[in-house]
Amino acid sequence: MDKVQVYKQPRLYIYTAWAGMKCTGCHLPIIERLIAEVIDELGIEGRTIGIMGVGCHGATFAMIDVDFMPVAHGPSAAVATGIKRVLPDAVVITMQGDGDCSAIGAGHFLNAVHRAEKITVIMTNNAVFGTTGGQMAPTTLIGQVTLTTPTGRDPSIGYPAHIAELIAPVKGVAYSARGAVNSAANYQRTKKYLRSAIEKQLNKVGFGFLEILSACPTDWHMSPLESLKWMEEKMIPEFPVGEFKNVDRVE
Amino acid sequence: MNHRELMSGNEAVAVGAAEAGCSFFTGYPITPQNEITEWFARELPKRGGVFLQSESETGSIQILLGAAVAGARAMTSTSSMGWALMQEGISDMVSADLPCVIVNVQRAGPGGGNIHNAQMDYLTATRGGGHGGYKNIVLAPASVQECCDLTQLAFYLADKYCNPVIVLSDAVIGHMEESVEVKALDFGPVPPKDWALVGKANRKDGKRRGLNISRGSMPEPQNPNMTYLGHMELLDRKFKAMAAAEVRYDTYQIDDAKLVLVAYGSSARTCRKAVDLTRAQGLKVGLLRPITLWPFPTQPIKEKAKQGVKFLVVEDSLGQLIDDVQLAVEGRAEVHLLGMLARHIPGPGGFIFPNRIVAEIEKLYG
Repeated sequence: MDKVQVYKQPRLYIYTAWAGMKCTGCHLPIIERLIAEVIDELGIEGRTIGIMGVGCHGATFAMIDVDFMPVAHGPSAAVATGIKRVLPDAVVITMQGDGDCSAIGAGHFLNAVHRAEKITVIMTNNAVFGTTGGQMAPTTLIGQVTLTTPTGRDPSIGYPAHIAELIAPVKGVAYSARGAVNSAANYQRTKKYLRSAIEKQLNKVGFGFLEILSACPTDWHMSPLESLKWMEEKMIPEFPVGEFKNVDRVE
Repeated sequence: MNHRELMSGNEAVAVGAAEAGCSFFTGYPITPQNEITEWFARELPKRGGVFLQSESETGSIQILLGAAVAGARAMTSTSSMGWALMQEGISDMVSADLPCVIVNVQRAGPGGGNIHNAQMDYLTATRGGGHGGYKNIVLAPASVQECCDLTQLAFYLADKYCNPVIVLSDAVIGHMEESVEVKALDFGPVPPKDWALVGKANRKDGKRRGLNISRGSMPEPQNPNMTYLGHMELLDRKFKAMAAAEVRYDTYQIDDAKLVLVAYGSSARTCRKAVDLTRAQGLKVGLLRPITLWPFPTQPIKEKAKQGVKFLVVEDSLGQLIDDVQLAVEGRAEVHLLGMLARHIPGPGGFIFPNRIVAEIEKLYG
């Protein structure tokens, strides 16, 4: 039988000990691969600096052959701002979780948005705080059971945060989209989104944002396959995949 | 360009930073430090540097961290409440070996406090106010000239040790105006910033670099076997090197003194006047003024304690500096406190005036 190559390691992917931090069925390694491919295709590896927040995503750029720094829980967009303002020709990308970006880091994030920083923020959305065991996040769905919503999230504590839609109307935002990596089609689509989000920075247009839906079977207490099903049936209807802003001039 | 100029302590901090080649400033409005932020907004872009108003002091310190990561000579300034908000980021920068200068023009706490003079951040500045019990050098100017000179020294020490350096000013020092000799000070060479993240194509070896605020808790490509305790050992070495080499203090009339005042910043200025007034009465009184609050001038205070002098600590708080004096004295001598309750009026803006210090000296002199 002929050998069929089902997986080719991206050129920029570095297999460090941090890879072992991921659980079975986690989407983060797929997202790491996606980022590595886009950086390679854009030919920007030599001037890319990756900043990671606290969480399972905190190893992302350590797995990709670019300059990197994991920082505290929340301030990635502020740190990226400092780097980009000093090095305007660097490509500065942050990788943050939904808790990191839209809860504790919301102030830093929204102010970087309002300042129209020429950076790219990637926010993975798994609807929970994954690293700490699965507590409620701003993105948790109504009815979703987490460690801190043991009977399911109730509207009395608010509704899921839609970050990609929230920032799209802001003048300084050049690009805002939501992707997913639950299927090959969505993988390709999300790759295109990330390319666009980074190109806005390369062309010095404005702020680029990409939210990526990401399965967390461990904290959802599901098998990897059940997770994919839950994602299609519950998560994507709440968080539609698509572009919310794509402009070549902000004013 | 050397020249003399009349300016405030806050302006002198900014002018000193510019002389030291500060290329990046970020800050958030808070009284009584606004003149510093405004100076940078006005002057830094003209000199090719970057000014950025932050979203908060938690923002300031993390934007500052980013600028330091990129290799800039970077600084922020704030006042007490903002200082409190910066603590996590300062801890991050110590842990990641990042140099920067942070100016705290102290105001009154606790809680809402008020915008007037006070010296209530001594402990958070000298003890590593954030998580993890880190150390940072703390410089305390007592004149407008020192605001200019110590800020320059702060940049040098930050680069020398790859560590944040704190300039602990206060509302009085920040707002009083004095004549300043503006001059770039040369403290010697500093290590190259070959650790800065600038993109691997901009590096001779073309290899990527990583920095990490939790270095040691996770394996790094450069240090695959690095352990947490290995990281702590390196930090310990850095703290001990700073403690051994960087103690600075000033003395006034202490050789034959039977009573030694210990004070820093604006309180040290008042104490100097009190020494003159009591010396005129024939009392042998001197002043020891720590310039570095950390590392603390323990040794000279210990020496004086062995000679049997009494100490009077004067500080505009309920008593913080006094802890370090008591530790230095090791029970060998009397240590008294004249704190903020000795101010001349009960409302905000009260001062511990020289005549009040004189009265206390007369009571204790014996």
